[in-house]
Amino acid sequence: MGRKLDPTNKVKRGPGRKARKQKGAETELAKFIPDEDTEPKRLSSRARKRAAKRTQSSKKPQDVTETQPKKGFTDENSKWLKPAKRKRKLGEPESEDDSDDEHWEEDEDEEEEEQLQPKKGRKEQKNKDAKLEVKKDEDDDDDDDDDDEDMVDDYGTLDDGSGDEDAEEESDGEDLLPIERAAKKDKKQKDVLPTESDDDDDEEEEEEDDDDDEEGEKSDADMDEEGTVQANIDEEETFKLPGAEEGIIPLDLKTIHQRIKDNIDVLCNFSSKREEGKARADYMSLLKQDLCTYYSYNDFLIEKLIDLFPLSELVDFLEANEIPRPVTIRTNTLKTRRRDLAQALINRGVNLDPLGKWSKVGLVIYDSSVPIGATPEYLAGHYMLQGASSFLPVMALSPQEGELVLDMSSAPGGKTTYIAQLMRNTGVIVANDANADRLKSVVGNIHRLGVTNTVVSNYDGRQFPKVMGGFDRVLLDAPCSGTGVIAKDPAVKTSKDEADINRSAHLQKELILSAIDSVNADSPSGGYLVYCTCSITVEENEWVVDYALKKRNVKLVPTGLDFGKEGFTRFRERRFHPSLKLTRRFYPHSHNMDGFFVAKLKKFSNVIPAAPTQKVPVCMNAPEAAVATDPPEKKPSESLKTKKTVPQQAGGLKQMSKANGTAVKKATNIQQKGKKDPSIGPKKAKIAKLDGAAAKGGNAKKPAAEKTDEIQASKAGKNKGSPFEKKKPKQRKTHMKAKKRMGKNKFRKLTNMLKKCEKK
Amino acid sequence: MRPLTEEETKTMFEKLSKYIGENIKLLVDRPDGSYCFRLHNDRVYYMSEKILKLATNISRDKLVSVGTCFGKFTKTGKFRLHITALDFLAPYAKFKVWVKPGAEQSFLYGNHLLKSGLGRITENTNQYQGVVVYSMADVPLGFGVAAKSTQECRRVDPMSIVVFHQADVGEFIRSEDTLT
Repeated sequence: MGRKLDPTNKVKRGPGRKARKQKGAETELAKFIPDEDTEPKRLSSRARKRAAKRTQSSKKPQDVTETQPKKGFTDENSKWLKPAKRKRKLGEPESEDDSDDEHWEEDEDEEEEEQLQPKKGRKEQKNKDAKLEVKKDEDDDDDDDDDDEDMVDDYGTLDDGSGDEDAEEESDGEDLLPIERAAKKDKKQKDVLPTESDDDDDEEEEEEDDDDDEEGEKSDADMDEEGTVQANIDEEETFKLPGAEEGIIPLDLKTIHQRIKDNIDVLCNFSSKREEGKARADYMSLLKQDLCTYYSYNDFLIEKLIDLFPLSELVDFLEANEIPRPVTIRTNTLKTRRRDLAQALINRGVNLDPLGKWSKVGLVIYDSSVPIGATPEYLAGHYMLQGASSFLPVMALSPQEGELVLDMSSAPGGKTTYIAQLMRNTGVIVANDANADRLKSVVGNIHRLGVTNTVVSNYDGRQFPKVMGGFDRVLLDAPCSGTGVIAKDPAVKTSKDEADINRSAHLQKELILSAIDSVNADSPSGGYLVYCTCSITVEENEWVVDYALKKRNVKLVPTGLDFGKEGFTRFRERRFHPSLKLTRRFYPHSHNMDGFFVAKLKKFSNVIPAAPTQKVPVCMNAPEAAVATDPPEKKPSESLKTKKTVPQQAGGLKQMSKANGTAVKKATNIQQKGKKDPSIGPKKAKIAKLDGAAAKGGNAKKPAAEKTDEIQASKAGKNKGSPFEKKKPKQRKTHMKAKKRMGKNKFRKLTNMLKKCEKK
Repeated sequence: MRPLTEEETKTMFEKLSKYIGENIKLLVDRPDGSYCFRLHNDRVYYMSEKILKLATNISRDKLVSVGTCFGKFTKTGKFRLHITALDFLAPYAKFKVWVKPGAEQSFLYGNHLLKSGLGRITENTNQYQGVVVYSMADVPLGFGVAAKSTQECRRVDPMSIVVFHQADVGEFIRSEDTLT
């Protein structure tokens, strides 16, 4: 019994739930504390009266500093904060903002004070201001958020000071707070940019001057709104800076967060909100950089995620990855019923709810006074700790009683036991896993949950069809990069790169083929394969399934899950089979479960289609292969060469034309020979005709044209006889050399030569 | 994987009969198909013939577990029941002990059962009789050996042991590695 929440090792990943909770509580507390502090002061009218009598109260500044964080301004907009002063003059008791009340109250106090002590006058006031400032500095240290406080401090001093304009001026002149100095510095920095912000500053300063003016107040109000609007624009401009100057790297997270928000706002309405002369790429690169910093991902993964999600969803996804998913359990219907289990757990002080309409066995645990992974019910096998997303592939598989089912990578046994429970312990399940250590938990869970129909094996999944085949259903929960479960394992954020993704994608392709080969298509009830990963990258999901569709006699069928997003049928440059929209994707931000991908395939024939060998050069994405096969074919056909290269160049296939270039050179040489040779004459015409057709067809028909080349070449070979055959190897050698050496200049030279030849 | 030898069968059945008595017949002659015991890596597995046939596909070194593990033969040739056999012991058990909710935790941590935690006990339980331990909600928690007969249990002081602990479901977590 005991400490482990989950016997399946899941707990080890990431910071514990408790750590997260505490953090949340902290922030919540932070929200409440200022309220509690300010409320009594604001509400008690007696206190205000007493304060009037008090000569030098030191409590007021605290009010000011503590109320202001609610504004949530950042350093950059400190300028726009100044106009807020006028509210103090208005003195509206029903104003909603706490800070407004404070200002008003404070001002009243000050006025009263002035009335009481008219003689002490301004000197006194000035001293007070100085004191307040010191006090505020002290307060800063106590508060949690430095940034806000800094700004607020600035704000506060101005407020206090402007109670008496003279005093303000003096304080401005004499004792500047470090923050004020910083603000000035900031101002100077911005002055470098010829932007509207300067104008704003001026305007604001003016407005400060005519503080008393009522109309000024109105315009101030406008300004305030404007200020917030412009704040965004200004943010844009300011965050352009780091790219140019490279100097303002140590920004705090709050600023970056704000910048991300603003940036995304701009990117979502790019045509209307963009800054003139800035390309989308600039915004994107900055956004990428900011996201990497704020959420601590590596560049590669952020790029992948940006490709995957629209920008509005991206932040939701990243935020969702910071929050742990709810703990869910699955009732073991072999031993108990959900209602009984829920009752038993509630009696133990567990707060739970049914998981959702889609599952009859799932329960969500909100909180628990006992460790949920060590209750007597757990040990007796009445339930299994299992993520909600792990239910889905098994539901999609929908195993029937008496079937033979293979779970290819079964550890830690959650899905295996779910399959067994759906089959009511009939039939046979083969639970396989490549990792012997992880199989121990499979065995433990199988026995704990009372599953008796399993065979546990320790093969590599790729060997499987050789071990045993003929399964009615196969579940392949492929090993993956884990980009869907970042909430569980934050190490994924930084540890994955292109190579990792490709490596697991390659493994997955091997596994899916062997899984398909293990399925018996002629099974009366089944013949299904469910492929799932806890990754959300397209390389590991749609691409793998698409690959399987091409390689084997399988087709996609609906998963039977009525929620989740459809899989991609097209992603960037890739186009997948249209039926891939039958697959399902699940995301942490939209479904509150781990990122997951589920595809259900039906095998309709046990015949493994023979790999089409001739097709290889047809592939558009394999130009190298085409190049490699081309040269030997091309050499023999003399006149063809020259003509053929033209459409290719027009097609813009640089690599092809490059490779051909060398051939062209030789071809031109040979062509001169060919001209002398009268026997080639009629043949040449024929070839030209064929070639014209090929040119029309463009790139797609090229292989066909090449075939004709081949035919022609063989004919030419017959005509010319042995001397030509002998020449072949030599030519190839030189060709290879030339290929290696060829640079841009040489390529140009060759094309020129080609043109000359054509003119002739 | 091989069938048990005569001697092994005898040792194992003797052990099993301590808990389920003559009900052992029901394990072998089942209405839903023939079941059998097989030895693999010193461990005894109980499975249906159907699974057995499929399991032969898998080579010996790659086979981890088949059906249900009942226990293992020690190096000295004795048979030791594992907690994994509880699913088959509990329904057929002849002598049972119920544990009070307060003492459940203690038993699941591997401690012997004290008189103070004893909720109910089958009448006529003899000393050193194998018993299956249940919670008051009739959830099987493990098995052990009665330290005292039912008669004695009534008299002894609350802190004396009434059931010696042999296996409990806490072992699924505590000793997951050694179950197979």
